[in-house]
Amino acid sequence: MRRFVIGSARSLIERSRQNYQFQRPLLSSSYRLLSSTPAVDSPSSSSTMSPPVALNTINPKVIECEYAVRGEIVNLAQKLQEEINTKPDAHPFEEILYCNIGNPQSLGQHPITFFREVLALCDHPTILDKSETQGLFSADSIERAWKILDQIPGRATGAYSHSQGIKGLRDTIAAGIEARDGFPADPNDIFLTDGASPAVHMMMQLLIRSEKDGILCPIPQYPLYSASIALHGGTLVPYYLDEATGWGLEVSELKKQLETSRSMGITVRALVVINPGNPTGQVLAEENQKAIVEFCKQEGLVLLADEVYQENVYVPEKKFHSFKKVSRSMGYGEKDLSLVSFQSVSKGYYGECGKRGGYMEVTGFGADVREQIYKVASVNLCSNISGQILASLVMSPPKVGDESYESYGAERDGILSSLARRAKTLEDAFNKLEGVTCNKAEGAMYLFPRIDLPEKAIKAAEAEKKAPDAYYCQRLLTATGIVVVPGSGFGQVPGTWHFRCTILPQEEKIPAIVTRLTDFHKSFMDEFRG
Amino acid sequence: MGMKALDHESLNENVKKVQYAVRGELYLRASELQKEGKKIIFTNVGNPHALGQRPLTFPRQVVALCQAPFLLDDPNVGLLFPADAIASAKRYLSMTPGGLGAYSDSRGLPGIRKEVAEFIERRDGYSSDPELIFLTDGASKGVMQILNCIIRGQGDGVLVPVPQYPLYSATISLCGGSLVPYYLDESANWGLDVNNLRESVAQARFNGITVRAMVIINPGNPTGQCLSEANLREILNFCHQENLVLLGDEVYQQNIYQDERPFISARKVLMDMGQPISKEVQLVSFHTVSKGYWGECGQRGGYFEMTNIPPQTVDEIYKISSISLSPNVPAQIFMGLMVNPPKPGDISYEQYVRESKGILESLRRRARIMTDGFNSCKNVVCNFTEGAMYSFPQIRLPPKAIEAAKDAGKVPDIFYCLKLLEATGISTVPGSGFGQKEGVFHLRTTILPAEEDMPEIMSSFKKFNDEFMEQYEGVKM
Repeated sequence: MRRFVIGSARSLIERSRQNYQFQRPLLSSSYRLLSSTPAVDSPSSSSTMSPPVALNTINPKVIECEYAVRGEIVNLAQKLQEEINTKPDAHPFEEILYCNIGNPQSLGQHPITFFREVLALCDHPTILDKSETQGLFSADSIERAWKILDQIPGRATGAYSHSQGIKGLRDTIAAGIEARDGFPADPNDIFLTDGASPAVHMMMQLLIRSEKDGILCPIPQYPLYSASIALHGGTLVPYYLDEATGWGLEVSELKKQLETSRSMGITVRALVVINPGNPTGQVLAEENQKAIVEFCKQEGLVLLADEVYQENVYVPEKKFHSFKKVSRSMGYGEKDLSLVSFQSVSKGYYGECGKRGGYMEVTGFGADVREQIYKVASVNLCSNISGQILASLVMSPPKVGDESYESYGAERDGILSSLARRAKTLEDAFNKLEGVTCNKAEGAMYLFPRIDLPEKAIKAAEAEKKAPDAYYCQRLLTATGIVVVPGSGFGQVPGTWHFRCTILPQEEKIPAIVTRLTDFHKSFMDEFRG
Repeated sequence: MGMKALDHESLNENVKKVQYAVRGELYLRASELQKEGKKIIFTNVGNPHALGQRPLTFPRQVVALCQAPFLLDDPNVGLLFPADAIASAKRYLSMTPGGLGAYSDSRGLPGIRKEVAEFIERRDGYSSDPELIFLTDGASKGVMQILNCIIRGQGDGVLVPVPQYPLYSATISLCGGSLVPYYLDESANWGLDVNNLRESVAQARFNGITVRAMVIINPGNPTGQCLSEANLREILNFCHQENLVLLGDEVYQQNIYQDERPFISARKVLMDMGQPISKEVQLVSFHTVSKGYWGECGQRGGYFEMTNIPPQTVDEIYKISSISLSPNVPAQIFMGLMVNPPKPGDISYEQYVRESKGILESLRRRARIMTDGFNSCKNVVCNFTEGAMYSFPQIRLPPKAIEAAKDAGKVPDIFYCLKLLEATGISTVPGSGFGQKEGVFHLRTTILPAEEDMPEIMSSFKKFNDEFMEQYEGVKM
């Protein structure tokens, strides 16, 4: 049973707006791996009992949860990739282009040199004493490595650290937060984690007691949230972003969904806001954020602020403001708002997904709750040290005057300006397609175009037992090698279809992608136009 | 707004139930004292590098090169790195489309999982399927993932040894399941008696619990005992009869300090037993880069290998892995290097062997020093550390000491350990953190302090202990 709140009949009548419903993906479009062995689920057994670990005996929450980003379409892509590897002309394309996942370095984005220099030196500190090292590494990377190693007891980067992360690194991160926001940050509020995702899981674990506990999530959303809520046995309470207003977030919509769920006996515990948005890419206006803060304060909700794309803003008219900064600027402190801010090393201009580095900054909770958060963190001992070091570098990069500053700045600006160009190019390309509208990607790494699928196409999808957007994405893949994720994996207004495409393929590949996509779309519409 | 959004009362009950003594009261008190300037010897967690063990050179060279691949283009790189490290770095980088900074396959890089499978095959003599090997951010995350898969609710029980490493009790609490204890026999060197297992299962079933899985930690933590082949056969037969999935925590498989019972993997024994059992008993085996002689705890690298888990269930487990996207890539490379180390003839081979042997032989010596040291203390009895990294002496507290503990509002072994900490700076974990028979007290310490520091540590302990016993027995030594 999916755990989503569905608008009650009463509210359908009362409301002037159409009541939206979280779209339930059809089973075939949800994540199911195609196993290579026959689908006999239990090993042959002389006993009539099911084995302990079998589909019908494992935790049902595991079966329920879904994660489309690495779902069915990706498996098909991998299969096609293998076919091309053995027979290069097996398909009408030379390579698979993975536009399904925010994984910049897998598509050719280079890491920031300074960061990698420091990490390499921390991995192998023995060479810091050697004169040859001066010739291979920049002076300030050597200096930074020394500084970091001095913050680690015994300079032992292979030892478990404090369960919140190395104190000196948290000091650096806190200073970085303060420099960003203009308001102080406490290193004791910071919990370093293996990426932002485990931190999200931790908070869901703390907040969710039963299916009666609800978490407000944006629709469309990054499906970590729906998956985590399902795994922890809670209820996702959807609030709909408004596609017509650039995926705007209206507090009135928050209020409506809150009231509806409360009337159904759900205790809403927290509000998830993804800013900049994923998959939607909108950057919230400061006024909007103030209203959200006010709402959480009034309603006693924990604000879970996913801010992993804070360095990905592509439009001059918008700026990233952290929710911490916004709430502090409103005069709200620890007593007023419970806020958890998530940051990661995976996105921005650094794109270090494989390192699994990130943190949550936890403010506005009592000491006894913080003790519990610490306790849960301690069971896993600590997050990986290299990721911790990287998080501190991301929050405290080279400054003006540092030897590496110019090259660092050039690398950073090169990546960010290229991302902005690609965002625009792809947005324009999508908007030119028949029946497709695409909101601007103000930030993050994705475009989320909406396709008006003809009735004939929808019928063809149904015949194949696929959601229409999944059907479109599969046809796109087999014709062009381009992998995108169907909108049903993120949630959308029922009867609308989208897909999420990253802006990450290298710039020189973009024209070819646009051409292939445009050609495919035209022939698809030719085939299915009514 | 009145009440806080998330207060202690409204927290998930399962979280509140969790206990993890390894970083609990004793550790927190030790950290406080350290801040006040007291010299603390942290023996609370198996964290070799924190106590001076040096990382092995070769893996650090390789991973550093993988972190900064531009070094490989520099003509002077050979001045700092040996040729085989350079070649190894290139090989691992070729396995990672996008280098260390890209999410890998959610199960881990295929090339490394293949190396793990080959390692398992060399070790056990049976082939292993890379598709059934999932790399994780440390073995702990793998354990949590599997237990979360198995436990449906309070009615599901997991057999766990007592004493146990409290990851198991903590995770079972978090998942809302029931821990079904089976007692290891201290008088038989922490041996496992199948009759104890049967009793525990019967008791659990009588209480309405469905027993689903059995955990073995081999070599044991905190107890260090190494299971014999006969013992493993008994356990596998038992799991077969009772329809339990066996969870084999084998993270200490490199840490063996006696020759009578070398490490044998649960999988090898299972395969040796032949059909039908070898095709029916479900098994998940765990390993890590944190222990052994590598001790690379901070990297967070581990794996689990599944045996006889149905394909569609493997898919579900894969799905859960995919939500976390991928395990960290540097640690995956550490894992590859661990299972596929330098070979005879490689430039770095001799150094690798020298460093490894040095660590293992020293651990063996320290296991003996500590066991003997504890056994020389009044009212202390200590089984030999056959394997792993810990010593788990039994402290026979006099009745007066137990009373004093009660008056102080503390569990007796916590009382003792706190006093030990204040007097000597030695930070241990009380036996109650691992489970023990009622009225029997222990503490866990590691055998990891540097060999040259051991004599002083043991004499410092002896002085404290014997004075403590004198004080509470009222009899002069």
